[in-house]
Formats: sequence, C-alpha cells, structure tokens
Amino acid sequence: MPLPEPGTLREVLAANAAGTGRMLWGAHGGVALAALARGTTLDERASALAGGSVVLATRDQLAAAQALVALDGSVSRLVICPPDLPLAHLAAIAATAEAQAIVTDRDAAEFEGADLPPLIACNLPLHPYNSIPKPIATEWVLLTSGTTGVPKMVVHSLAALTGAIKPTQPGVPPPVWATFYDIRRYGGLQILLRALLGNGSMVLSDASEPVPEHLRRLAAHGVTHISGTPSHWRRALMSSESCLITPRYVRLSGEIADQAILDALKRQYPEAVVGHAYASTEAGVGFEVNDGLEGFPAEILSSDRDPCFKVVDGTLLIRSRRTASRYLGGSQTLMEKDGFIDSGDFVTERGGRYYFVGRRGGIINVGGLKVHPEEVEQILNKHARVKMSLVSARRNPITGAIVVADVVLHDSVAPGDASDALKQDILAFCRTALPAHKVPAAIKFVSSLAVTPAGKLVRQNA
Amino acid sequence: MYPAKMPSESAVSVSVRLTIFSEFERIAAEQKLKIQPLRDDLLLSESGLDSLGFATLVARLEDKLGYDPFATSGDLDFPVTLGDFVRFYENAAA
Repeated sequence: MPLPEPGTLREVLAANAAGTGRMLWGAHGGVALAALARGTTLDERASALAGGSVVLATRDQLAAAQALVALDGSVSRLVICPPDLPLAHLAAIAATAEAQAIVTDRDAAEFEGADLPPLIACNLPLHPYNSIPKPIATEWVLLTSGTTGVPKMVVHSLAALTGAIKPTQPGVPPPVWATFYDIRRYGGLQILLRALLGNGSMVLSDASEPVPEHLRRLAAHGVTHISGTPSHWRRALMSSESCLITPRYVRLSGEIADQAILDALKRQYPEAVVGHAYASTEAGVGFEVNDGLEGFPAEILSSDRDPCFKVVDGTLLIRSRRTASRYLGGSQTLMEKDGFIDSGDFVTERGGRYYFVGRRGGIINVGGLKVHPEEVEQILNKHARVKMSLVSARRNPITGAIVVADVVLHDSVAPGDASDALKQDILAFCRTALPAHKVPAAIKFVSSLAVTPAGKLVRQNA
Repeated sequence: MYPAKMPSESAVSVSVRLTIFSEFERIAAEQKLKIQPLRDDLLLSESGLDSLGFATLVARLEDKLGYDPFATSGDLDFPVTLGDFVRFYENAAA
C-alpha cells in the first residue's frame, strides 16, 4: 500500500529538489537539498534501525534536519527532542517510546549515568545510501513545550503535519524561508516542511546567535518568508538590524498576535503580507489569518469545513485531519469522543470576529472576577510608549490576587518623576479600555522580559 | 527606650502616613470613587474606597514602601480605622 500524501520526505525531495540549487543553511554552513534527495543514512549501523523506534536528540539543528529526512520512511517511530530538553527527561522519553537508539551529535560522556538505549552518531555530512529500502509510514512524535516535568509526547503523521501546506504556485519566485523557532518545535517544523515540500530554501535559527547577527545572516541569504512568535518578533524589531531584511511574508504563531505587533510589523515591512497562524503541537495548524487584523472572522466556525471549530464555554475546540492522533504514554486523552481537541484557548466574539483572550490555567482571580493576562497585555501594548508587557498575579490580602504588569518601553525613561508620570499615563490609557479589576494595580518598567526556548513569554503558571 | 533612634522613626512615620494618604487619594481619583476626608478615626468601611481600591492600595504601598505588612504578620487584626491602617504600616516599618 503506498504511503499517504506526501509520501516520505526523501521522495518529496527526489521529486522537487533534484538538479536545483535549493539549500538548507545552518549558522555554520549548509547542505544542498539535491544531495538529501539522493538519500542519506547516518552510518552502517543506522541501517539496523530500519523499522525501529528512534529518539532524535541532536544539539545541531542542521544535523537534526538532515536526520529527519534520512529517518522518515525508514524507522517506525521518530521522537524529535528540542535542544533544551533536560537530559534527565531523556531516559523517560526513550522508555515511553520503546526506543532502540538515541540518534545524537553529542559526546557520549554527556549521557553518562543515564539508562539509555545505544547511541547512534549523527555526524555531518551524512552518508549516501547504496540502495534505498522500501519506505514505511513513520510515526512522528513531538514534545510539548511546558516548563515543568517530562514533556507530553504528541503523536503525528507526516500527512497530518503537512496537511495545511498549500501547493507551490507556478510563476512565483522560490521563497527563502526562515523561522525564529527551532525546527524541533511544532512552529519551526511547519516552516521546515514548507521549505522542503515547496520549491524554496531555508535558513535555520541558532539559539546561541545574538539577534542582530541572526538578522544579518537572514539578510545575507535573502530571506523572503519568515515566522516566529509575537515575542520573537518584538525582540527582532528592537534590533536596528530588523531593517536589513525585506520579507514578502511575515508569519506569527504560538502566542496571541495582538493588533499592536501586527501594525508594527506592517510599518516595518510595508511590502509584506503579515499573517498570523493559529496552531499548536496537539491541534496542528488550525487556520491562518492574513487580513492584517487580530483575531479571526466568525465564518471560520462554520461547520462544514476541515478543520472544524466550535466554541464551548468560551473555549475553542478543533477537529481536523491535521491534529495529532494521541499522546504516547501517560493516561491523558488528547481528543474527546467526538474527535474534537480542547485547545485551552479562550475566545470572545465582537461584531462578527473572534478574539483570543487567554489560556486556561493562566486566569487571575481578582476577588472572584476573572482576568486573562493576555487581554491586559493587548491593551498595554497599544500604548505608544510600550514595546511589550507581561501581566501577572500578585497575591493580595483583600482580593486574593491583583493584576500587576512588567513593561518594556520603546525607549528608556528618566528615573523619578518622569517615570511616575508615564506610569500614570499608561494606567489612564488602560482605564479607558478595561474594567477596573483588569487595570494593573502596579506597573514596573523593566529592560527586557524573559522568553522560553519555545519563543513564548515566561509566565508564572506556564 | 532608644532615644537615639527617635528622629529617624518619626521621619519614617511621617513619610508612611503621607504616602498612604496620597496613594489613597490618588486611587480614589483614578477609580472615580468619592471618598470621605482622610482622618485617623475614619472607618475604612465607610471611607468610600472599595475592596478593589484597597487591594490596589496595598499593592502600590508595597512598591512605594518596599514591604507588605499583610504578608508578614501571620495572625493579624485587620485594621478598622484609617489610623489603625497607618499604624499597621508604621509598626511593620519600625
């Protein structure tokens, strides 16, 4: 039986990359996609992995990308570890995956003392195949990006992962993709797959690379399509090097894209389509919104489509061929009986459009009244002097909790009176748009906000 | 007891009292609440500041004064009058 569309990654590349100059660039070199199209293997022992379960845990992103192409269609299960995965969790993940091997470019000494299956080296360049074995359907397992405990293991197929990718339009110049994400997270993997399935090239990110240098490298490769979280983008816009790139498509996902960041990107890149995608590791790509506005049109909820959405008690639920199929291990169920996945994202409808207000678990309870940090941040971020903000709960003897905000300004503010006047101005601005219990009781000006390895603001409850 | 410390303690008291009064009035103005003239024997429940106003006041005072006496006193008698409230903060500062 043939594999479902799109087949294996190697088959995709054999059909669209052979004889082209398409490239995959890392921070320290690149590989021609035509070379990957011919077929590669990790080493002689790796052929013994055929049909088995494998955990991919490389440090280097370019090595990971090549291993994904080499292993897809060859192994039965491919668990993709992000680079910041604590090694302490690796043994549990390998055991749950019933892995026969860990594929890694790390030194064996780094794993000493851990109870792990054998290590298989993933050294570049990979070796060409002598004969290409008959492909099998590979189960792709991604890890969630929660900050505590062993991440959840989310089972996908390549067909589900690529379900939202539209065919290449003829006559359009080939894109050069880039993403601030690591390709081993759902948002980054989406971009790698768009590059591989389309006719484009791609520039990979590098966690150790400062933002200005990264932007210079993107400019040097002529990046045209680039994606990241709103936090990634705010950080990029803070760098004067952001004017070096001239993208045709700017994509946001992973956090709520508010109007302030959409407008800021449109000002910076007037030629670009600025769009935001609603996607998650579990729910896959839900939809893409390219009208330049925050939120999404209510028509998306009309029922006869795939993906199909509904709002229950203010929460968005998704059913689609692009969602994950299940969790590996553990007792949690991914999907309700009717096939819908609960996103945990709260939405509210105003005038024919839905807006994201926050996530379950992130709610602040102010004397019995609910506040989503994100809805307050969206207002703060609209203030002319505010670059970005983080709203959190502070415990309070009167109301249990109260809303407070850390704010990064576009430019620094003089200490003392000027700072106090600006705080008052920002609070007054909030009071025009929010009920009293949602207005921060206190604002602190900070020089930066911490961002997780997945590109999202670090929140107390994450 | 410690006469040498008296001047600085009274300075603290004045500044705590002034800070509480000015934040009280500022929050009332921000939240468009009509409040009674601030006096030591004013009952907090009749002051005109609502519970969100007091919650905001405690948060602001924590930022201004650097401490939250509600968080540090385990078994507390909740202040009833504005005078109690001021002393509660003064005692925590001393």
